[in-house]
Amino acid sequence: MRNRRPWLWTAALVAYAFLYVPLIIVVVYSFNNSRLNAEWVGFTLDWYRQLFSDADMLAAAVNSLIIGLTASVVSTILGTMAGVAMYRHKTRLLPILVLTPIAIPEILMGVSLLIFFVLVSFTLGLVSVALAHITFCIGFVAIVVRARLAGMDESLTEAARDCGATPWNAFRYVTLPLIMPGVIAGALMAFTLSIDDFVITFFTAGAGTVTLPLAIYSMIKIAVTPEVNAVSTLLMLLTLVLIVVASRLSPNLFRSD
Amino acid sequence: MALLEIQGVTRRFGDFTAVDNVSLAIEAGEFFTLLGPSGCGKTTLLRMIAGFDLPDAGRIVLDGEDLKDRPPEARPVRTVFQSYALFPHMTVEGNVAFPLQMAKTPSSEIPAKIAAALEDVRLQGFGKRYPHELSGGQKQRVAIARALVTHPTMLLLDEPLAALDAKLREEMQVELINMQKDVGITFVYVTHDQTEALALSHRIAVMNKGRVEQVDEPSKIYGFPKSVFVADFIGHCNLFSGHVAGNTNGVVTVDARGLGPVRVLAQSKLASGGAGTIALRPEMIRIQAHAPSDTPDNHYRGTVAELLYMGDVTVYRVATAGGTRVEALLANSQTGRAKFFEVGDLVEMSWPVDAGHFIEE
Amino acid sequence: MPARASTRLGKWSVVGPPLAYLLVFFAAPTLIMVLASFRTPGEFGGLAPLLDESGKPDLNVESYVRFFTETVYAQVFLKSVGYALITTVSCLVLAYPLASLIARSPKKYRDLLLLLVILPFWSNFLIRVYAWMIILGPNAALARLVNGALAPFGVDPVPLLFSSFAVLVCLVYVHLPFMVLPLYANLEKHDQALLDAAQDLGANRWQRFWRITFPLSLPGVYAGAALVFIPALGIFAIPDILGGPNDTMIGNLIKQQFLETRDWPFGSVLSIVLTVSALALAGLAAWIARRSGGGGGPVRA
Repeated sequence: MRNRRPWLWTAALVAYAFLYVPLIIVVVYSFNNSRLNAEWVGFTLDWYRQLFSDADMLAAAVNSLIIGLTASVVSTILGTMAGVAMYRHKTRLLPILVLTPIAIPEILMGVSLLIFFVLVSFTLGLVSVALAHITFCIGFVAIVVRARLAGMDESLTEAARDCGATPWNAFRYVTLPLIMPGVIAGALMAFTLSIDDFVITFFTAGAGTVTLPLAIYSMIKIAVTPEVNAVSTLLMLLTLVLIVVASRLSPNLFRSD
Repeated sequence: MALLEIQGVTRRFGDFTAVDNVSLAIEAGEFFTLLGPSGCGKTTLLRMIAGFDLPDAGRIVLDGEDLKDRPPEARPVRTVFQSYALFPHMTVEGNVAFPLQMAKTPSSEIPAKIAAALEDVRLQGFGKRYPHELSGGQKQRVAIARALVTHPTMLLLDEPLAALDAKLREEMQVELINMQKDVGITFVYVTHDQTEALALSHRIAVMNKGRVEQVDEPSKIYGFPKSVFVADFIGHCNLFSGHVAGNTNGVVTVDARGLGPVRVLAQSKLASGGAGTIALRPEMIRIQAHAPSDTPDNHYRGTVAELLYMGDVTVYRVATAGGTRVEALLANSQTGRAKFFEVGDLVEMSWPVDAGHFIEE
Repeated sequence: MPARASTRLGKWSVVGPPLAYLLVFFAAPTLIMVLASFRTPGEFGGLAPLLDESGKPDLNVESYVRFFTETVYAQVFLKSVGYALITTVSCLVLAYPLASLIARSPKKYRDLLLLLVILPFWSNFLIRVYAWMIILGPNAALARLVNGALAPFGVDPVPLLFSSFAVLVCLVYVHLPFMVLPLYANLEKHDQALLDAAQDLGANRWQRFWRITFPLSLPGVYAGAALVFIPALGIFAIPDILGGPNDTMIGNLIKQQFLETRDWPFGSVLSIVLTVSALALAGLAAWIARRSGGGGGPVRA
């Protein structure tokens, strides 16, 4: 039973258009045979070719991948632990520490970590960025894992223990397989967040380390060429695939916000 | 020595005492039921036997060993959960194999044991199915098979039939009795359904507000309730409260409030003036249209105020001169007649001194 | 009792590692930042030594005094609040029809529609900002359209880029999904029967919305507002890339202090003011949501 309300549909369509048209423009112009992102001249793959021969850009991509994989793995492990801890045990400090990084503006974490690293004389570089990324990714993974646990029947863990499983075995053979889709979804989310992060990376990367977002930033500020469009398009494609997979694994991934 | 001894066990949750100084001894091979209303502590007690909770005071001793240091996985007791708790990501075989794997049974022996367990619960051939493909009764049986496959010392069942419909529940009750007899394992059964408890158990412990009111065989619990709570909780019961007016040769006369003098057999030591309640089961009352031709020990006249047609019996609630409504029942054994009396009929009720049971205050 | 001890061990084995990690990399840096706000800036940037020549610990409130006395900072702060407010309201106006539509759609389409709302959010933040650079660029179609329309009136070409307009449009663009999701979560639970009853009692479409739907959706509105306002308040990349010289927000100031001027104490003060405001507003939103949500009182006559 659908209420046909033309103005509601129009407003909603406008909103969807608003969300997607800018991104579509970026993608379209990545194939545009013109330096200016002004009007369509002709189709070309030159910008992509330029991208793949751009050593700096490739280095930045490699950095982003390394950081992304590291941050994803570590934050998934810690985040799963945190999710289990928050669901099963009564802790007061942990939820605050886990969830606040997500709630506050990113710049605050970036800045405080900058001070922290400098004060302990920790050289800024790939490691500092990874450590920073893990800090905010833990929260996302924890939320997803906790939601997944909440949807699981608690008596299953008890039944496992009753059948002779130690707490670790009960977790390994019963709980973990049942929450695994959530864990993987969390890992993919963490990877995406890390690859895409700009603000926190900006403050914790130091002089010599460049990730993809940072490279995009300098290109935007200094010399804009459609190479930016090309790298943006590829990045969007990657994100799209990862997020669609994640949402298939954990269907209510975005509902429990 | 009893197989399981619960000695002075207490469990508190904040201000609320769930289990209050409970002591029980459960013998090997018996079907023992913890019966009581919700919140009486029976499930809490069961969980403490299983190891999912620890008593605040007291001991739980199994086969002479205090279980307090043993976590659930190390106790030789298995639980059948109310929700069955079958692992959804494993097949029936996987579920039944799980305890064997946890006990590090050699994998060559496992298939035979699974087959035997499934045969015991009459689910041969269901091995490859997943829990979501099974009906409620089948899930129940898989849960039992999984619990029995390692031949535990004791089986704990937490209201296992509560989720089944009435017909299936009756069938499963019979199966449980037979299974327990065949396998010979001690069952500790928790339920709030007193008919179920009466039907299944060798002995019942009636619990109320964390305490055990009475531990006895079903017939004794029914016929000789030790407290008003037990009398009222099990089946239907008339309760006549009052003071002892006299005591002659073990026959006590109680001046029942709202009714009058009632004579009942009791232990001889009862003194006059003592307070108590007579518990009288409706089926023990003879109810007739005309006055009895003999001299019954107890005789009251009244008017039928309500009647409840139950199919096999009809319950009559009779208003007496004193104000109390007495409940009596008659089996509808005459074909063609649904009931013997109508509302408003004058009836005569009578019963002997050994029909009721006196509960001292 | 030993058995209880093993559950304690189990608890700490899952609580311990993430807790330790976050204490070191989140709690400690935050505390250090708070401390830093009470220190003096170092000669070459950063912080001055903890103990000065006479052995006295370096603690003062100079930076705080500076923030509260020099009006320019209050101005920037207020501007940030203003931008964040405009963003929030705009997001609400745009998000509401969208959330309503998704909430009323047949169940099988809802997940897809929601996914479509969220996907842009998952693309790189900078890409989304860059996209608006293209759209609002001086040679782009939009600018030419607008200026072409204004030219006959003798108005000079209006730069769409590097302006407050650009900053605000992009702020709305980036935060829109955050308003849609909580609104949708709330609207989805609305009972159609309530609206039917209202219609039965004579309410027209507008009345039904304003007296029933909207008040019931307020918890979702407040949640969305918090999710938009707080990040928007602390944003710096958008004004940095798309804004003009008058569009400095508190985030830009913070960046400046830490990376350019290198006056860390003052930067810390700014950060703390931002955090406190953000948390205060989050607390306020939660309090209001708790009071007006969860059953709520009778709709005001």
